[in-house]
Amino acid sequence: MRRPMPIDWFPLWLSLRVAILSTAFALVIGLGLAWILANTQFRGKELLDSAVTLPLVLPPTVLGYYLLVVLGRNSPVGKLYEWLFGEPLVFSWQAAVVAALFHSTPLLVKSARAAFESVDRSYERAARTLGASEARLFWRVTLPLARRSILAAAALAFARSLGDFGVTLMIAGNIPGRTQTVALAIYDAVESNNGRAARVLVLIISAIAILVLTLANRLTTNPYGPRQTAL
Amino acid sequence: MMQARIRKQFAPGAESAAFSLDVDFKAAAGITVLFGPSGAGKTLTLDCIAGFVRPDEGRILLDDEILFDGAAGVYKPARARHCGYVFQNYALFPHMTLRENLEFALNRAPRPERRRKVAAMLETFHLEDVSGRHPQELSGGQKQRCSIARALIGAPRLVLLDEPSRGLDAPLRAELYAALRQVRDEFQIPALLVTHDFEECLELGDEMLVLRDGRIVQSGTPRKIFEQPANVDVARLLGTYNLLPAEVLALDPGRNVSRLRLQEFELAGPYFPGRLIGDHVWICIRPESLAALPRNGRAGMNQIPATLERAVEKLEHVRLEFAGGIAVDVPRTAFEKHRGAKDWVVEFPATGLRVL
Repeated sequence: MRRPMPIDWFPLWLSLRVAILSTAFALVIGLGLAWILANTQFRGKELLDSAVTLPLVLPPTVLGYYLLVVLGRNSPVGKLYEWLFGEPLVFSWQAAVVAALFHSTPLLVKSARAAFESVDRSYERAARTLGASEARLFWRVTLPLARRSILAAAALAFARSLGDFGVTLMIAGNIPGRTQTVALAIYDAVESNNGRAARVLVLIISAIAILVLTLANRLTTNPYGPRQTAL
Repeated sequence: MMQARIRKQFAPGAESAAFSLDVDFKAAAGITVLFGPSGAGKTLTLDCIAGFVRPDEGRILLDDEILFDGAAGVYKPARARHCGYVFQNYALFPHMTLRENLEFALNRAPRPERRRKVAAMLETFHLEDVSGRHPQELSGGQKQRCSIARALIGAPRLVLLDEPSRGLDAPLRAELYAALRQVRDEFQIPALLVTHDFEECLELGDEMLVLRDGRIVQSGTPRKIFEQPANVDVARLLGTYNLLPAEVLALDPGRNVSRLRLQEFELAGPYFPGRLIGDHVWICIRPESLAALPRNGRAGMNQIPATLERAVEKLEHVRLEFAGGIAVDVPRTAFEKHRGAKDWVVEFPATGLRVL
């Protein structure tokens, strides 16, 4: 009898690291965009809204191609990155973070915008009549009131970051031990007939997804606002 | 002292008709009531003053500070206006305790001063015992007092109250009125109170503005408006009048008399300055100023026959509603004697008759 092939755990740790980092970046970028979309009126707002949503509907290869063009070694952004950090961005694990970011931010912006808009206007008006600046209003009133929905959105973004395949393949590649995330590792395992590794990784990822979704659903029963569900 | 001249146009939308607000008024220390039906522009007026809505034109002055000036392009943000605002739903921050709600308004003050002011305000509104609770754990009256206290704690120069009594039951309403009287007596600032309850105007208002379709149709003390509504619309809004269409038949300034035709009957009244024979007017008379008797033969002087449609029990009297839209309040005992009578006569006083 053949001994089962050992399972390489590197993709799992890489994916978790990528997902945590991309969720953190997505929160900062996503909350900013969501706030702008929820609170300001300007020409081209609809365009911005569409642009933010675009990664949700574009085929991953198309998005990946754009990113390759924008971040590649010959592009200004790619050159700047290489000058700053001494190594190219594409085909590194950091590129996988960028891929996950584009995969998860649109979802976070959508949810966070809804969360901001669900905060009763009169709380914000009250804060303004009490002399609060817009920044104080955001940190002390809007954000705490929308907190649970935003945490739920972050949980969803995390789950989604774990699962990116296409964009990661396009800009980070599938280099075992360097840029191979779980989604890619499962594909490789199936291709190379390593059924056990595929099964184990699939089960782990499914379990994490279920856990995160349960958490998100619990969080969205907002004690202050109307009832809403995660998606 | 607050002075406001506000114009604001709204183009017709998919679900709303066009609306224009055009008001010009002053409010001195004390309670000025904005009274009117829903959609008259009362809350919009408050929102323009608070800085939530930018008027198209006009000027808003608070003491000697310009809050808004359309011509000069001045538009102060709400946070710099020093206007307290009491919201209809209170808008107490649900994630803060009552004390934190009050402290929120004082974040620039040094800590000892903040403590002192919060303590004083909690005492003024009898909230010391519940200061550590969240709004969800407070009774309706406590929430209401807390929202008033929060609006006042930053020492505003004007306080705006958006229908604070809406949806309150009688005991809570009494509590609110007590708190508002306290505000009037202790804070000496102008307060603008929005309501569509005329009793509330009488009970609390020092001055009153009647709004309809975005215009001020009458202003004055509530008592004066009650006794002398400027026109049929105002009288109708107050809701306590019989308004009966009539025609002027004769006018005699020398003897100070007139004759009016109501339905096919004639009534005698005083001379009406400024009216001409043939004018169509509205007789405006309160139900308690009329008398009603069961019909007994021909109707006498200033009496018209009327058919009773229903008798409505009120607290202190019975309101008889006759065909033709005439309502008469009679004492309960007087009505009991004639219960069952269908044909009545309604008697108009010759002297107190007013027309609009």
